[in-house]
Amino acid sequence: MAVEAREQPARRRLRVDFHVLGPLVALVALVILGMSLNDQFLSAGNVTNVLARSAFIGIIAVGATFVITIGGLDLSVGSMSAFLAGVTIIILNALIPQLGGGWATILVGMLACLAMGLGAGFLNGILITKGRIEAFIVTLGTLGIFRSLVVWLANGGTLSLDFNLREVYRPVYYGGVAGIAWPIVVFALVAVAGEIVMRKTAYGRHCAAIGSNEQVARYSAIHVDRVRLATYMLQGMLVGVATIMYVPRLGSASSTTGLLWELEAIAAVIIGGTVLKGGFGRVWGTVVGVVILSLIDNILNLTDLVSPYLNGAIQGVIIILAVVLQRGRKGA
Amino acid sequence: MKRLMNIAAGALFAAALALPGGALAQEGKATIGVSIPSATHGWTGGVNFHAQQAIDELKAAYPDLTFVLATAGDPGKQVSDIEDMMATRNIDALVVLPFESDPLTGPVKRVADAGKFVTVVDRGLSQPGIQDLYVAGDNTAFGRVAGDYFKEKMPDGGKIVVLRGIPTTIDNERVEAFQKAIEGSNIEIEGMEHGDWNRDKAFEVMQDFLSKYAEIDAVWASDDDMALGVIEAIKQAGREGDMWVLGGAGMKQMIEKVQAGDKMVPADVTYPPSMIATAIRLTADRFVSKAPMAGRFVIDSVLVTPENAKEHYFPDSPF
Repeated sequence: MAVEAREQPARRRLRVDFHVLGPLVALVALVILGMSLNDQFLSAGNVTNVLARSAFIGIIAVGATFVITIGGLDLSVGSMSAFLAGVTIIILNALIPQLGGGWATILVGMLACLAMGLGAGFLNGILITKGRIEAFIVTLGTLGIFRSLVVWLANGGTLSLDFNLREVYRPVYYGGVAGIAWPIVVFALVAVAGEIVMRKTAYGRHCAAIGSNEQVARYSAIHVDRVRLATYMLQGMLVGVATIMYVPRLGSASSTTGLLWELEAIAAVIIGGTVLKGGFGRVWGTVVGVVILSLIDNILNLTDLVSPYLNGAIQGVIIILAVVLQRGRKGA
Repeated sequence: MKRLMNIAAGALFAAALALPGGALAQEGKATIGVSIPSATHGWTGGVNFHAQQAIDELKAAYPDLTFVLATAGDPGKQVSDIEDMMATRNIDALVVLPFESDPLTGPVKRVADAGKFVTVVDRGLSQPGIQDLYVAGDNTAFGRVAGDYFKEKMPDGGKIVVLRGIPTTIDNERVEAFQKAIEGSNIEIEGMEHGDWNRDKAFEVMQDFLSKYAEIDAVWASDDDMALGVIEAIKQAGREGDMWVLGGAGMKQMIEKVQAGDKMVPADVTYPPSMIATAIRLTADRFVSKAPMAGRFVIDSVLVTPENAKEHYFPDSPF
């Protein structure tokens, strides 16, 4: 990374390296733990499972990295995803008579899902920038709104995709190229694009500038509101991308879809080394954070180490440890 | 079974309508409060649907009855709902499906102490004797019926995995009864994890079970939402032929599979959310008929097989 290119005294470099590598160290430790506990852990099937199920939170968390970097917060992503999944299923089912049960219908459904994601992000963004309301409050409000809407649309039950259409759509989650499942491919592409945008583009630098000092950013002729609005729309669109991958998995949406995804995404972003109060974001760190969270669940399921009642506690401890590992020296 | 209950309720209505009009008008005026958990998963979604439907039907049949329906996302909100009903709506009766037993016992007792008719549904209160009428699902039977089915289907034993619900008394009662039922057989529970009655969670837990155990003969998913997630995970691993899945509750997609003779879903065990409708109807009868309406009404958990699946299929219900 950029750190290696810098010329610095050896002592300082070592410190920076450790700080940067914190999440990677935690990840490697978890992989070694998993390997020693179960010989199925590194089987192709298990690795695919873990990475593919990380993809939803992962794609969303890439967006959350940008939102948190500009000093914002989006609590509505989980509910938004449930809502988008619900409406996409309704649209897909409704289009069958016109477009037939093939890829044409699914493509229209996918585009609609992306457009609605952008729209939902725009709603959050415009309320935060033009409405001048705290991001926390706006997205707390839309969290409730999206969640209620999906329950209402499903009449309290479950919205299910038409059976035949589902068979056509299924490979989007279960299929893949060159033995790599589609969700993993999409997650990787989104992550690489996110890293490039964050590091190499003016937009990425503007995000960090706004997050570290909004006033200064404004005086530096950055269109603060425009960048912010774009960031929430980016987040919305990525929620749409995640939802496109999610719908074919179980072919349904209900009130439990995407529950607490927002907190998992935020946890992954922070484990990855992005600063919660803004100003610095690290997309590849977020990816590591997401995989760490998935691995914890996976390892606990593969072994009988602790009572399943304690799964949440183990996760909590590891989240805090991962952050302590990389912040310990810096804080002192 | 629900049909039977409907017939019984219908007979009561007919009897009530046959009463002299004057007596009915006087006796029939009542406000009934209904407090239920909000639709946070499939089963409670069904509860909401059936409660709304029962209220609509009763309102049409008895214009003098007024209903107040409140749904709560947590026990605290449910307590507030009940307090509001007492303070502002002056209810004559309360039908309550408690979110949790302990926190709701005190507030429901205050309603009973004020001389109101109290019907408790599904989850009992922590103290006996508070309610006038108890309409209950049978969680022990739910686990036992499932366990008996496993014994019958696997006479020579086999290896199974179990998915549990949200850690609660309900879940504990079911699992204990299940374990008791398969005691003495050669059925071996290889793994047991909480899937929280959630389709996504169950999908992931089952994926991990499939990686962990090379040999699984059957799965007790203990809930239809979880069963659907489990089936998807088995399909992904390409092990459809190796195992079958038993869910529970009576979700319409699962009943459809049983009816169609799906090899992976040979049966289901009911735990009908429509029990809320039974409770509301019986409570309404307390005000429009002279028939005694106090006591316990236990709704059995029964095994659904391709032969009787039709009786348990409700295409209109969201669950």
